[in-house]
Amino acid sequence: MVGLDHGPASSGKQDSPEVAARNARIGLVLFFIYVALYAGFVACAVAGTLSMPIGGTNLAVWYGFGLIAAAFVLALVYGVLCRSRTTDRTEDAK
Amino acid sequence: MSFDVNFQAGLVFAVIVAFTVGLSFYLGRQAKSASGFFAAGGGIPWFVNGVAFAGDYLSAASFLGICGMIAFYGYDGFLYSIGYLAGWVVALFVIAEPLKRLGRYTFADALDSKFQSRGIKFAAAISTLAVSLFYLIPQMVGAGALMRPLFGQPHFVGVITVGVIVIFIVVTAGMVSTTYVQFFKGGLLVIFSALLVVLILLRGLSSSDPSNDSPLVGPIAEGDMSVPPGYRRLAEDPAWEAAKQDYERFLELMTSRVLTTIRVPNWRESYAGQTQPSQYRLLCQTVTTTPQGEKIYAGAVPPDADASAGLLPVGRAFSVPSEAESAQGPIGYLGAVADSTFELWRKEPLPILEGNGDSTVVYYPQPTSGEQVLTPGNYFSGMRSANPWDRLNFVSLMLALFCGTASLPHILIRYYTVKDESAARKSTIVGIGSIGLFYVLTLYMGLGAMTSGAIDVTDSNMAAPLLAKSFSPWLFAAISAIAFTTVLGTVSGLIIAASGAVVHDLIGSVAKVQMSDHGKVRVARLASVVVGAVAIVLGILFQKMNVTYLVGWAFSVAASANLPALIMLLFWKRTTKQGIAAAVLVGMISSLAWILLAGDTYKDVYGWKPEDSIIPFSQPGIVTIPLGFLTLIVVSLLTPKPQPLPPEGKPVLR
Repeated sequence: MVGLDHGPASSGKQDSPEVAARNARIGLVLFFIYVALYAGFVACAVAGTLSMPIGGTNLAVWYGFGLIAAAFVLALVYGVLCRSRTTDRTEDAK
Repeated sequence: MSFDVNFQAGLVFAVIVAFTVGLSFYLGRQAKSASGFFAAGGGIPWFVNGVAFAGDYLSAASFLGICGMIAFYGYDGFLYSIGYLAGWVVALFVIAEPLKRLGRYTFADALDSKFQSRGIKFAAAISTLAVSLFYLIPQMVGAGALMRPLFGQPHFVGVITVGVIVIFIVVTAGMVSTTYVQFFKGGLLVIFSALLVVLILLRGLSSSDPSNDSPLVGPIAEGDMSVPPGYRRLAEDPAWEAAKQDYERFLELMTSRVLTTIRVPNWRESYAGQTQPSQYRLLCQTVTTTPQGEKIYAGAVPPDADASAGLLPVGRAFSVPSEAESAQGPIGYLGAVADSTFELWRKEPLPILEGNGDSTVVYYPQPTSGEQVLTPGNYFSGMRSANPWDRLNFVSLMLALFCGTASLPHILIRYYTVKDESAARKSTIVGIGSIGLFYVLTLYMGLGAMTSGAIDVTDSNMAAPLLAKSFSPWLFAAISAIAFTTVLGTVSGLIIAASGAVVHDLIGSVAKVQMSDHGKVRVARLASVVVGAVAIVLGILFQKMNVTYLVGWAFSVAASANLPALIMLLFWKRTTKQGIAAAVLVGMISSLAWILLAGDTYKDVYGWKPEDSIIPFSQPGIVTIPLGFLTLIVVSLLTPKPQPLPPEGKPVLR
């Protein structure tokens, strides 16, 4: 059974603490941006404003699609902004 | 509903499932060496792992449950799509890289990386088992739902079949093969779902006038008790008099069949230029179960059908704009839906009378405007309620969905199959892209199923495969096979996570039983068989519940038990081992207790009155997630500060 017999999953090399802290800060900023968007959606749902007609359908459809798209866009932004380890490893560039 | 068993469809199904199982065995053989097993720990390419995330995560709940819920309740099912995807934001931005940095191979290891505590191992292992079992239930229910239309077999046959196959896969293979099976089926699921949506858009919407169903159907004035020629009104019956809806029952004199109708508010303002009466009569379908267990179907079943033929497939638009009756673009289709009127099906169980013992369930159509279909609140009706508890129930669910993904043990262990933090990050981004695309497609698939004319009113979980059947039996077979392999992949991951918790955490770390590698594998195989057997039993017991609703519960337990400990471990240095163990146990027990005492469980599981529940609302997350955080903070402050970390903050690898 894999997951039971193999050794530790880590390659033994990790991001430096500075890089890890920087990535974590970026992650938290993007996380709170998304939390605000998600909380806005839930608030609109509870307030009953999602039925507002907009763009041929309503706010519920557009906000829902927008949340899914925003998750992917923010994920890409995170991927672009984050750095990997600053040591001499070059595998990431391959 | 009866289903024609199609040999060719069964063949396509068998080929796809056989290929998946064969792939699993082949890769399992490749991974029997120690290095092969080790490669699963760090050798999976990030792109493969990302798509495997989709294969692991897009379970029966996502495919069968969400589509079914949209087909029956409109936008409310899409709320799950939004919540399930939003959870990945927590996983990517907060959990992924730190968790990978902890460098271990089970969820309990991650929590325990700084402390070497048997208490943490115990709490996390029990939590993993609880969440995995809760998550297994809907997968097994979904497997059972697939078997009936495909092979004409009852629900329990599907549950047992998938249970046996998965146990076989897990005990003979492992994470390497599971990963590639999940990669394969995750890719197939997204591709075939996209194909299905293209076909839905090309078909457009079409309406069907319910007046064609029967002379009984049509506009009727309030209080009008007239009966069309050829029918006789049946005498009042105490069970029917107690019904909440306005039913009428008629005997069709030519055929001797009994038809049940319902009066609903008129769904169209005018017809042929004439203002219509205020009510409309529509046909219902009924299922009566005798004390001997015999089922009697009545209502819309055609006169020439066998009495055991079951119920008619349903799902249609009553009215659509004329321009919508042709191929539509993705935006135009939603606009056309908003301007149409649909039938949504509801059910009402009638009271069982003493001396008779028959129990009857009435399925009745409810004309619903497209605007309402595309607005949340048809399933979570509490959102529109003045009762604040009902609104809190919805908020609680959305919180659990948001927090649950990053707390699921079978998802967390996938971060250990890639080599480093960068690969963990990239694979999560690929996962979010694949999963996000799929969830956008669910809205179209659900709406397509709603108007497919193929829905089984008794089983919302079958909406997506039956939608495929409305296009072609081949597509139906392919979609059913993919759904079945979806269940296989997810269940495999869950059983690996659960058996890992038993062997590695409970037996190895808590009980300190020394075992050889061979011994560990043997015990893990035994644990897999036990977990699989329990899942089979639960899958049969929970047959009638919507699978995505059940997964909502699993998310609540995972988020309450695991997330507070994970977050505080990563971001609060004062966190102690006692705090973590207490938070996991309190979060798990409180959320489980809440669910078992909730009104929805009273109604759907125990068959009791939901009003008798002592819990004010059914979704626990908004109470039990903060309770987990609070427990951790209080216990940590009451216990000694943790020892400083080893140099560079790295955990000690044992």
